[in-house]
Amino acid sequence: MTAFFANYLGYDAGWFVATIIGILLIALPLMLAVAMIIYADRKIWAAMALRRGPNVVGPFGLLQSFADGLKVFLKETIIPSSANRGLFLIAPIITFTVALLAWAVIPFGPGMVLANVNVGLLYILAISSLGVYGIILAGWASNSKYPFYSAIRAAAQMVSYEVSIGFVLVTVVLWAGTFNLSGIIEAQRAHIFGFINGFAFNPLLFPMAVVFLISSMAETGRTPFDLTEAESELVAGYQTEYSSMSFALFWLGEYGNVLLMCALNAILFWGGWLPPVDWAPLYLVPGIFWFFGKILFFFFVMSWIKATVPRYRYDQLMRLGWKIFLPISLFWIFLVSGYLMLTRYGV
Amino acid sequence: MASVAAGYLPILLFLGVALALSTAFVLLPMLVSKATGSSNPYADKLAEYECGFPAFEDSRAQFDVRFYLVAILFIIFDLEAAFLYPWAVSLGAIGFGGWLAMMIFLAELTLGFVYAWKKGALEWE
Repeated sequence: MTAFFANYLGYDAGWFVATIIGILLIALPLMLAVAMIIYADRKIWAAMALRRGPNVVGPFGLLQSFADGLKVFLKETIIPSSANRGLFLIAPIITFTVALLAWAVIPFGPGMVLANVNVGLLYILAISSLGVYGIILAGWASNSKYPFYSAIRAAAQMVSYEVSIGFVLVTVVLWAGTFNLSGIIEAQRAHIFGFINGFAFNPLLFPMAVVFLISSMAETGRTPFDLTEAESELVAGYQTEYSSMSFALFWLGEYGNVLLMCALNAILFWGGWLPPVDWAPLYLVPGIFWFFGKILFFFFVMSWIKATVPRYRYDQLMRLGWKIFLPISLFWIFLVSGYLMLTRYGV
Repeated sequence: MASVAAGYLPILLFLGVALALSTAFVLLPMLVSKATGSSNPYADKLAEYECGFPAFEDSRAQFDVRFYLVAILFIIFDLEAAFLYPWAVSLGAIGFGGWLAMMIFLAELTLGFVYAWKKGALEWE
């Protein structure tokens, strides 16, 4: 694309235009995808409860999210008189910006990546840590009881699971030998028996894939870990005082993060844009379809869990994060690095 | 500019676009609601949420000290993870000595973790 625009505009301007188009090609479809995934979530949840779910707006209710969005857009923005106005408005901006920003390094297919940086995984880790700020600022700036408690809970929860996610990523990086996300996907090609793609099929890494899937649900505050907005105790969590589009931005950001975590599951453990088996006819399907298929699969799994598993208690949540996942992932670093020392690098 | 930093330029542009989008999403509805007349703030509407009566307590009250403990433990373990990353990518280059050194470090950290566990820093009743 850069070459195409560089023909007309010169290299620098051409690069600029091509990059901006690339950014919009990620950001706008992402927002569309979030709208559709909210619809899908509601539909799956309804189906598992033997309900119909949204079915009025548009064919099969497909336009439900857009109707909701339009309605929310036209609503009045209420800023509570006791709130810190500036921070109150900045919090949703941070949440949504950060949710979009992480997608800059996600490879959608071979070479289909906006910024192919060498430390892509580290970048994603840094950006997803920043997500805490949006939530804790929202809770603090609202100057209201329930948002405040919810924000503190959310911060502690996200931070706890970030620790085990960090260690799980170390095991992946150990095996792949790179932080570059495309490199990690390439390292999974023909990983097992010379023809199965994906670290998750490796018996040594499979437990880490499970830990990562559960941690990613806790990190994004999905049921059964949605203690941040446990309606029975905290009304609506840190969004309680928000209205209009600021409220919607938290939703968009949350589902954007859920999609990101599904994408990370696919990239780190299930081969990203590679087909599950290293067999030539499967490569006729473009990589981006495999990637999106895997994202949708993991989203379905998350919705499935949301529909079936009851909410955790806070002490159970912390116990799972600190007393189970942390020791396991710590031990697995020893196990994986030891195995690699013995086999690949030779002691 | 064909350096490592140039690879991050798209991310910087992305930051600009994302900030512009989300700021527009926050500010536009405020203007729209002013224009359509749906903006009608009054004292009761702007009061902070409390189940139907005036809030009777400062919302920024005391909260459990264990949240601080979690934050402190997080700093320790996240820093440790930050140490592990460069080690993980260069494991092939640093050989057995490098591996052993990190294992000793991990063992020390595990000791600290066991201490925190035994002290009850990880207990939530």
